[in-house]
Amino acid sequence: MDKSLTWREFVITRLIQACCYSAILFVLLIFFFLLREGLPALAEVELESLSNIRWYPIEEYFGILPLISGSLIITLGAALIAVPFGIGTAVYISEIAPRWMREILKPLVELLGGLPSVVLGFLGILIVSPYLRTLLDLPTGLTAFTGSLLLGGIAVPTVVSVAEDALDAVPRAYREGAWALGATRWQTIWRVTLPAARSGVLTAVMLGVGRAIGETMTVMMVTGNAPVLAVRLASLFSPVRTMTATIAAEMGEVANGSVHYHVLFFIGMVLFLISLGVNIAASSVVFRAKKRAERILS
Amino acid sequence: MAANKVVIQDLTLQYSDGTESLRGVSMEIRRNAVTVLFGPAGGGKSTLLRCLNRLNDLTEIKASSGKVLIDGENVLDPKTDVIVLRRKVGMVFARPVVLPLSIRENIVYGLELAGEKRKSQLDQAMERSLKLAAIWDEVKDRLDDPAAALSGGQQQRVCLARVLALQPEIILLDEPTSGLDPISTGKVEAALQELKKEYTIVLVPHSVQQAARTADYAAFFLQGELIEYGEGKTMFTTPKQQRTEDYIMGRFG
Repeated sequence: MDKSLTWREFVITRLIQACCYSAILFVLLIFFFLLREGLPALAEVELESLSNIRWYPIEEYFGILPLISGSLIITLGAALIAVPFGIGTAVYISEIAPRWMREILKPLVELLGGLPSVVLGFLGILIVSPYLRTLLDLPTGLTAFTGSLLLGGIAVPTVVSVAEDALDAVPRAYREGAWALGATRWQTIWRVTLPAARSGVLTAVMLGVGRAIGETMTVMMVTGNAPVLAVRLASLFSPVRTMTATIAAEMGEVANGSVHYHVLFFIGMVLFLISLGVNIAASSVVFRAKKRAERILS
Repeated sequence: MAANKVVIQDLTLQYSDGTESLRGVSMEIRRNAVTVLFGPAGGGKSTLLRCLNRLNDLTEIKASSGKVLIDGENVLDPKTDVIVLRRKVGMVFARPVVLPLSIRENIVYGLELAGEKRKSQLDQAMERSLKLAAIWDEVKDRLDDPAAALSGGQQQRVCLARVLALQPEIILLDEPTSGLDPISTGKVEAALQELKKEYTIVLVPHSVQQAARTADYAAFFLQGELIEYGEGKTMFTTPKQQRTEDYIMGRFG
């Protein structure tokens, strides 16, 4: 081969390699930074105190359970809204809508996914929360449920977009096979297309949940930010505070290197571990499905 | 009982993307015989098949006219119940599409969709249709294995059995052996010769040789037009049209 060509090959390969390694490096650095700033919290505050149910950092109460429970209840609520709506919309776009409708809906949903979350929070404060307050006769409209509704709205486009791609990738032959057997459209969707796209649909759900759990701006604006342990069903309709909102609201005002500062980083670590858990769960589901497919097809 | 199961009258159809089309096709398809539709690609054979069970409903169609009468009823009529029609007119595709289920589940799938729940009925139908598709002996000991683990030829016969389980009246086959080795192909063709005693069979073969081997009646299609239609024996020995002869002799296509 031409010598300059070999040289170019070499440089390009190395550049791509460097990009890949640096991406991994950055993630590792972030992780180490989190550990460095967050782990001291364990030494400074007793574990018992951390797992307390009171979060009053000014008075040295660093119980993070209310924050974790707040994040979880809102995410759960958001998932309960986003999953059926998201998958339903994806099925409609991919399987039922006529082509012209699909060509309008798909970009529209993706546009919705690009909506800044602060705008949604704004709408939440001005429209959703006053409406909920009068509708449900609550003392305040800034509740976990309000947060769930809006987060659900944020997660829906992610779920729709990924799930629709997965449904679209199901070979046409599967559907025709079912139709030719006299399956109705609904039977085809429910018993052939959705199961065939199962792993992609699960990924969509996990990504949607991941999006919801990491969301900060909207929840900070509409959930009332009261660090109260949320374990009962009624807490869905009272103010809560999430981990993300706590970090965002307090990080700017905290003294660098103080106990409070370390605890905030510790919360960040917990959040990181939770999203990591969700991601690992998602990829292991996909991996298992792939393995299974390989085993059957080999 | 009329000798013609299907009567096609002046059927014209054009897809929106302008690919394959049909122009003024009229023909009759005989009961209890293998009717072969052959010709070069893009000639309208598959399109015609898909008109018989209305699978074209799901494709973008620009224009269509004409009639397809099955037992005297026009199935292109919008009022036709396509679900019932598709149970009556079964179809086997070029690529075997086994569902990601066990062999047993694949066979009884269509019946379950139709609402049959009794296990004895399902088992009976499964055994009967697997035997008819000439694959019972090969799979009877492993009915609960995934169907995707079978060889291509076996999968295709499972697909055939799946169609037979619904007890259709007409079976459409669109190049059912295009992906199969000669031995599997032979088994499928032999099964068809048995099946025609009970069913009306319409086959799009994947080669002229297969057309000649299997056809009781043969129709030659070229660019959406029916060029020649008649008994298989006559067509493949002494075709009337020059274009048919050219194609059979391999001078084009």
